[in-house]
Amino acid sequence: MMKNASRRSNFWMFITLCILALFLIFVVYPLSMILYKSVIDPVSGGLTFDNFTRFFTRKYYTNTMINSFKVTFVATGISAVLGLLIAYITRSIRIRGSKTLNILIVISYLSPPFIGAYAWIQLLGRNGLITKVINALIPGTNFGGIYGFAGIVLVFSLQSFPLVYMYVAGALQNLDNSLNEAAESLGASNFKRIRSIIVPLVLPTVLASSLLVFMRVFSDFGTPMLIGEGYRTFPVVLYNQFMGEVSNDDFFSAALCVIMMLITLVFFFIQRRISRRHSYSMTALKPMEPRRVSRKLSILSHGFVYLVTLLALLPQLMVIATSFLKESTPGMFTSTLTLDNYLNTIVAKNNKVIGNTYLFGLGAILLVVVIGVLISYLAERKRSALTSTLDTLTMLPYIIPGSVIGIAFLYSLSRPPLMLSGTATIIIIALALRRMPYTIRSSSAIIGQISPSIEEAAVSLGASEMRSFRQVTLPMMLPGIMAGAIMSWITVISELSSSIILYRANTQTLTVSIYVEVIRNNFGNAAAYSTVLTLTSVLSLILFFKLTGRKDISV
Amino acid sequence: MGVAIKIDNVTKRYGSNTVIEGLSTDIRAGEFFTLLGPSGCGKTTLLRMIIGFNSIEEGEIYVDSKLINNIPTNKRNMGMVFQNYAVFPHMTVKENVAYGLKTRKLPKAEVEKRVEEILSLIKIEEYRDRMPSQLSGGQQQRVALARAIVIQPEVLLMDEPLSNLDAKLRVEMRNVIKRIQRQIDITTVYVTHDQEEALAISDRIAVMDHGVIQQIDTPKRIYQRPSNLFVSTFIGLSNVLEGNLQKGKEDWEVLIGSYRFPTPPLKASAEEGAILVSVRPEEFLIAEVGQPGIPAVVRSSVFLGVNLHYFLETEKGQEVEVISQSDLGEIIPDDTRVALQVVTQKINIFHPQSKETLIREDA
Repeated sequence: MMKNASRRSNFWMFITLCILALFLIFVVYPLSMILYKSVIDPVSGGLTFDNFTRFFTRKYYTNTMINSFKVTFVATGISAVLGLLIAYITRSIRIRGSKTLNILIVISYLSPPFIGAYAWIQLLGRNGLITKVINALIPGTNFGGIYGFAGIVLVFSLQSFPLVYMYVAGALQNLDNSLNEAAESLGASNFKRIRSIIVPLVLPTVLASSLLVFMRVFSDFGTPMLIGEGYRTFPVVLYNQFMGEVSNDDFFSAALCVIMMLITLVFFFIQRRISRRHSYSMTALKPMEPRRVSRKLSILSHGFVYLVTLLALLPQLMVIATSFLKESTPGMFTSTLTLDNYLNTIVAKNNKVIGNTYLFGLGAILLVVVIGVLISYLAERKRSALTSTLDTLTMLPYIIPGSVIGIAFLYSLSRPPLMLSGTATIIIIALALRRMPYTIRSSSAIIGQISPSIEEAAVSLGASEMRSFRQVTLPMMLPGIMAGAIMSWITVISELSSSIILYRANTQTLTVSIYVEVIRNNFGNAAAYSTVLTLTSVLSLILFFKLTGRKDISV
Repeated sequence: MGVAIKIDNVTKRYGSNTVIEGLSTDIRAGEFFTLLGPSGCGKTTLLRMIIGFNSIEEGEIYVDSKLINNIPTNKRNMGMVFQNYAVFPHMTVKENVAYGLKTRKLPKAEVEKRVEEILSLIKIEEYRDRMPSQLSGGQQQRVALARAIVIQPEVLLMDEPLSNLDAKLRVEMRNVIKRIQRQIDITTVYVTHDQEEALAISDRIAVMDHGVIQQIDTPKRIYQRPSNLFVSTFIGLSNVLEGNLQKGKEDWEVLIGSYRFPTPPLKASAEEGAILVSVRPEEFLIAEVGQPGIPAVVRSSVFLGVNLHYFLETEKGQEVEVISQSDLGEIIPDDTRVALQVVTQKINIFHPQSKETLIREDA
């Protein structure tokens, strides 16, 4: 009996240590490397803060920081308001086709933001479709297209509000309708009810999702690179600095990475502080039901929701349409239908893009699921100082921008014995790491819903602890894990920020290829790749709905 | 100084499904009126029509002779207490209670004064600054009650307010509600499926089934003189036996097997023939074999302290439950043959087809 018990704890100890080792190698070590490089003088090898001084004393750099904050705050604010409004409207007012709308909004979120940027250039850019219509319809106007601040904010807002929408819609589902009714019976008008009950109760959710939007927008360089023109933001400088188009100073890049991490860290803690103070556990006996409202309000709500969804979806529609059109000059599509864009890209010989995407995606999912489930199990059921440390450690990638992870990997994993740069492995690990926090949190929630006494019952009936985990807990978790895995897959295949830094010619994925083709002005090719990505996401989403029978989605 | 509610021929439909059809009743000023019935009987639907969460398809509801059909809920000035408390989780106890006063834009000092008054009336002053998550279920329900009555509503509505509490708290809160209702003298409509709760708390009870009110009466009348078989079996426990009604020498007599006994006063419409006799467990007397009565065998017994439950089987094979006071005598052993007698004036008699009572109103 004693022997058995010790073998059991040894097994979980071994697992804990293995995972801990992995995280030390692939999270702690790379991040330490960045920290180290940022404060080391490359010549003397001594401690220096020159890189930081250089950044904060030159107007060129500080301006990019100010620009980044401006863009990020405005876009996050608009996303939060749009997401909250649409979530509330679709939950409280009867909207025709709201199920389809829900899926369309999710789809509009499932593409890297820069695709939105390049699609909006084709619509509202200098030679954009809409720009031409505006200039033709209103004589005397000379609309020069949407670039710079306005363009970046437009793209980010439309691309990010679905995230807030999904989270808030979920929170509203947990808000019991009797709270609404209580307020109503106490004399509150509709407006007062929304202001004093609904908004405060979903505020923690709005903040949490806004933080995700904030970090996504703050660290994205693809969008400002394409549509920003002269409007330089911080990630653009970081990317250029690292990719060496202007100069190639590893040590300065490392300092930029550190600055970026610090900023996201600060916002993470601010968000957490506010949310902690205002978080309420809610479970709805009876959630809000969409109501019939007056004709005027109904028309207004329909118009608003449909318009925003259409705008959010427009880039992808645009991309799908142009993928079948012939280009006369780069970016100028004729009305001739063609399959050239596909023939030149995915069907072309030696094109491994789709294969890579699926391979890396599946590899990353496998890693994420196995390690994620183990970690959440350890953290929930085998609580100790060690497993808590592990739990905290795995949350790190949640607040570290993808590009920083990419750069940190290149700094630390490019020499023996860990010569991984340029390999598929490094990309798979980066993708898995970035997704890990989400999977762990959803698995923890699933485990939390399974009573420990079920496992204890199995043990009391003679099963070993391993066996009860394998035969009782794991099967009970499986449906939830599968649902989470499909969502992970959808987000992983549209990841850009770390893969763009880690890719080589033979490890290109769909998102990387889209970006590369756009930068090379091969818009037709980019559109073809992009269509394949959208198609994959949509099919996966349908699979998700069919397999899980769920109606809602959480990313 | 409560107000009266007149419900006149109201109908509730969900699409083609009619839940309540042409229901009418009068709720008297200041009374504690309970809607009691099994789940799905329409009691909550009716309550929600009064407060305005449910539309009224046909008919009218008057409060204090004022038609309220088209008044929106937030203008009806009714207080409501919900099954799951619905205490606002992001506000302190005090803020919760003050909410309705603030929506009425009362001066700050007035709000403060009235909140304090109610907090002390309901005895939750000490929790004033707590958040709901720091309160027990019973305390949360007190907050909900305080919040509903602080606005000095014309009517207080309660939707199964005690069903989420444990048994002991239920009794405690039941007394709190009753005390407060008496103290502020407010017309109260209370919904529950718990008959014991309804009996304990109400001035009058309306027993509902399938959207129809079966009987409206005081708790005592509802229990002792149910107007039909449904009420008789839904409220308390009733053993229903088949019997015959016969005209005796002077008055009506019931015949069960060979056991013959007089009836309580019957309606003029009573006729000879088959009847259903409803006997509550405490309305049976166990006599020795050979005495007049229904022959039966004791199958098992349960000693509960206050009383003693016997489970018997009659000669026709019907199971009956008998409750007798526990005295110092021996418990009758299982398998003993006995004769079951009834307390004749307490039993109820129903028509075998219509299931309506045959007992006279004044009995």
